[in-house]
Amino acid sequence: MGIADEELAEQVDKIKAPSRGRVVARRFFAMRQGRLGFALLALMFLLAFAGPHFTRWTYTDKDFAAFLRPPSGDHFWGTLQTGADVFAVTLRGMQKSLIVGLLVAVVATTLAAVVGAFAGYFLGWTDRVLMWAVDLLLVLPGFLILAVMSPLFAGGAWVLFVIMLALFLWMITSKVVRGMTVSLKEREFISAARFMGVPAPTIIFRHVIPNMSSLLVVDATLNVSAAILTETTLSYFGFGIQPPDVSLGSLIADGSKTAVFAPWTFWFAAGLLIVTVLSVNLIGDALRDAFDPTSKRRS
Amino acid sequence: MAGFLVRRLLNYVVLVVVATSLAYMLAAAALDPRANYEGRNPPLPPAVIDARLDELNLNNRTPLFARYVTWAGGVARGDFGLTVNGDSVNDDLRRRAGVTFRLIILGVCFGGLLGVALGAYAAVRQYGWFDRLTTIASFVVLAVPVVVVANVLILLGTWFNGVVGFPVVWVAGEFTPGLEGGFLTQALDRVQHLVLPTISLSIGLVATFSRYQRNMMLDVLGADFVRTAMAKGLSRRAALTRHALRTALIPAATYFAFTFGSLLVGATITEKIFGWHGLGEQLINSINSNDVNTVAAIAFLTALAVLVASLLSDVLTAALDPRVRVG
Repeated sequence: MGIADEELAEQVDKIKAPSRGRVVARRFFAMRQGRLGFALLALMFLLAFAGPHFTRWTYTDKDFAAFLRPPSGDHFWGTLQTGADVFAVTLRGMQKSLIVGLLVAVVATTLAAVVGAFAGYFLGWTDRVLMWAVDLLLVLPGFLILAVMSPLFAGGAWVLFVIMLALFLWMITSKVVRGMTVSLKEREFISAARFMGVPAPTIIFRHVIPNMSSLLVVDATLNVSAAILTETTLSYFGFGIQPPDVSLGSLIADGSKTAVFAPWTFWFAAGLLIVTVLSVNLIGDALRDAFDPTSKRRS
Repeated sequence: MAGFLVRRLLNYVVLVVVATSLAYMLAAAALDPRANYEGRNPPLPPAVIDARLDELNLNNRTPLFARYVTWAGGVARGDFGLTVNGDSVNDDLRRRAGVTFRLIILGVCFGGLLGVALGAYAAVRQYGWFDRLTTIASFVVLAVPVVVVANVLILLGTWFNGVVGFPVVWVAGEFTPGLEGGFLTQALDRVQHLVLPTISLSIGLVATFSRYQRNMMLDVLGADFVRTAMAKGLSRRAALTRHALRTALIPAATYFAFTFGSLLVGATITEKIFGWHGLGEQLINSINSNDVNTVAAIAFLTALAVLVASLLSDVLTAALDPRVRVG
């Protein structure tokens, strides 16, 4: 947006009521936990993507002059048993965790919205088939399936990992979306569109799904932390991101063996993971309050 | 009500059959039991490997569908086949299911009850110090993965034992092997082993359930029927526990069903880290050792657990909510 555009937007703003997005943003940043969560997450992203430029070690380097050394000027956060620089590998793991978390959340929430809205809008056989698939995925042990498929994730196929992870995170939300769609369907603006001859998929994408944006945005934030934690657990057992790449989970798994006598191998990865998930949870909670028109919470 | 439950049950049985079959096909296609025998020193003749794999119904040269039919025929008679070592999957898993059950039953009860109690109390005193404290605590707990919790508990337990000077809590295993002594000594030993895994299992449940219960309770606190109850002359305490809490428990009961299925995963970490030889540990081992039949059997048990918990939550919902029984 250029300067002229901004001025124009400001002028228009004076005439028109502020958009819903702005109201939510203002309420979001008015809350202490919203500001805190946003600042923390921004800091994590900055650290993960700008941090590696401040050290001469990369995540694949091994320093054969320093095995399992405590933090020093040369290795900011010490070294692992293999001589790898903890700072470099931890930030690499964070990059993976952040990207996986965000992508999985977007895919899972989109899937939940589309499946739930189609099932609720058409009802009948579409509904029965889709909801049966939802039940089946709920009964299938996702952890087991992902673990069995883990050999396929090696060699840069982490996109497949993202898709599989997302596949097991959307079911409950889609049930909620379905319920909301059934009641939305009876509203006047949907009936009006239908009588005007707007095709059903257009109605769903233009009117039904945008009307549930508050639920979906909150669900997406919750999915970010769920995805990061699931990825960590799978990687802990060696079923997630495959070596030579690292993720916070594989680092925590390795570090926990040496945590007693070399705390730096465990606590930097564990600490950053906790801060990341905490900040996403704070954002999610603040967003829920910001979207809720009846919310009386202020802080 | 009975018809409703029977329909539900039928639907769940079909779901379990489909889910288990899918898990078997996937495991049989993705895992490679032949790799356990190839590359051995001295090398085994291929004919010997084939004979052994045929015996276990794990030969990848047999068409997948033929292996599935053999396996499904066994399962229909209640036999889940043989492990890669040639032992009975049934015997192995029966023993391990007992271990897992002993481990999670305490954790679930403790976590569920404490979580509901904390959440309900926090909602009644909304924005009080207790509400704020539990909110912050549950946020922190929910951000910490179970792997970190379990490892931190081990570090803390070791440190505590060191401070006291003798072992108060044990950090590995279900009991001390070869321990002499009567029933009391044995029981105490088991409790000492249970403390840390139970905390690691239930702390996340407490946090989750308290958040859910708090939100549900807030929704019903202002509801008309609670005000009516108090207007009728019921004390605030009685109205809250008898009407508000009862209604607010319904979603918690539903949510419980989905937690139960995912608990096997939560227990996997706890079992592996605390050295309990349960189902979760066996799941990890069987995937690493290409043990197709065991993986499929565990998938069946997980699906069954979700089914039982779902039915239980249906019954609980019906017991708590009179509207379900009418409809």
